[in-house]
Amino acid sequence: MTALFLQGDLWMDDACLIRDLELDMPAGQWSCLLGASGVGKSTIARLIAGLPGPHRLDGLLKASDGLLLAGRVALMAQEGQLLPWADLVQNVTIGARLRGVRPDAALARELLSQVGLAGLEARRPTELSGGQCQRVALARILIEDSPVVVLDEPFSALDTATRLAMQDLAAQVLRGRTVILITHDPLEALRLSDRAWLLGPDGADGLGLPDAVPPRDYRAPDTLAAQATLLARLHRPVGARCAG
Amino acid sequence: MRRLNTPLVRGVLALGVALALWQAVVWASGVPRFILPGPRQVGVSLWANAPLLWEHARFTALNLLTGLAAGVALGVVTALNLALSPGARLMLRPILIFAQAVPIFALAPILTLWLGYGAASKIVIVMLVIYFPVTSAFFDGLMRLPAPLADLAQIMRARPLRRLFLLQVPHALPALVSGLRLAVVYAPFAVIIGEWVGSSRGLGYLMLMANGRGQTDLMFAALVVLAAQSLALFAVLERLARGRTKAH
Repeated sequence: MTALFLQGDLWMDDACLIRDLELDMPAGQWSCLLGASGVGKSTIARLIAGLPGPHRLDGLLKASDGLLLAGRVALMAQEGQLLPWADLVQNVTIGARLRGVRPDAALARELLSQVGLAGLEARRPTELSGGQCQRVALARILIEDSPVVVLDEPFSALDTATRLAMQDLAAQVLRGRTVILITHDPLEALRLSDRAWLLGPDGADGLGLPDAVPPRDYRAPDTLAAQATLLARLHRPVGARCAG
Repeated sequence: MRRLNTPLVRGVLALGVALALWQAVVWASGVPRFILPGPRQVGVSLWANAPLLWEHARFTALNLLTGLAAGVALGVVTALNLALSPGARLMLRPILIFAQAVPIFALAPILTLWLGYGAASKIVIVMLVIYFPVTSAFFDGLMRLPAPLADLAQIMRARPLRRLFLLQVPHALPALVSGLRLAVVYAPFAVIIGEWVGSSRGLGYLMLMANGRGQTDLMFAALVVLAAQSLALFAVLERLARGRTKAH
């Protein structure tokens, strides 16, 4: 189990994107970064996943076990990471095949059934709905069994009902892992996080969370109250938008 | 009525109208048959010269197919190497662009001088003409791996060769098919040019010879056979491509 610690200024080319970041992401728990579009959420996801880009961290990113993070992070993006020409088993085992390791098709089938896709193993992603595609992506995360999992707006492209169902499923199958969830959906953050921050140009602001264990009930009064408080913080009246 | 509205029926109908127009022009204008033979005369010539046409068509078809196969193979291998190695890109790209700037057709006389009047010069001309479109289309497809898949390869610590064959190649297959479409259009041109420049066999040779002897109907008959070859090539390619896109 690996905890993550990130501290410093995040730069994009020559502009400082976020100043004075300090994120202490505990092992085996869900840490959530909430923020508006363009604030630099996905850049943090790429930074943690070790992906190339024009970003640069002027500071420190380290894992609790002292080892390098590179190659030990699984990433689930919003969409587009499935191979349209390959069937679901091949999609789930693509990591092993890309590394030149023997793919475990039996395990892939088991994980596909665990995410609710039993019987669809021979289909291609083009024959699936958006929600089903993200289930495949989840199964792929599970088979990789990485110490750190980054979910970069994993359910943003889904409709509300599917999104709630996928949140339940993700919370269930990724329980006990170190998960970093990037989202712009306040309810998603409140339902799934063990720890959450609101990101802005001046750093990350810790959020108060309801006491219940995730995935929290979206109807529970304290979830709703927390959502209302959060929405009030995020909401900017039309007139003020340009100034902000 | 709707069952009659198929591409085949429409094609036959269009062809019929064109042939009727052609025959009408011949009748109305009264041009001599060595200038413009009617479709009926061409048909008669096609039938009467079938063994001759068959023999020359075989020579042309063989060169066409061999040149196509060699050019496609060479193009595919080049594109794979370019995609895999930045060093190869640095060295080969300028050569490729230069090769594109030289009209290969203009090289036909030199190639005939070097390789003789036999099959070799025709095969090499076809190969050179289709090499660039195939290489360029496939290479573009290989380099245009969508960003999420490139990220995937990075996160999964993919080996370069596996990245190439598991992600880049399957993604580039539709682009390769576009290149092949160009190739099957250019290849018959190339083979005929090769035969015009210097040959003692083939449909191109037959056309020149028939033209010189005023056997315009035989020339048209050879043209029909050549067109049939091109169409057959195109049909085979479309069939293969459809199988592939279904898999996509």
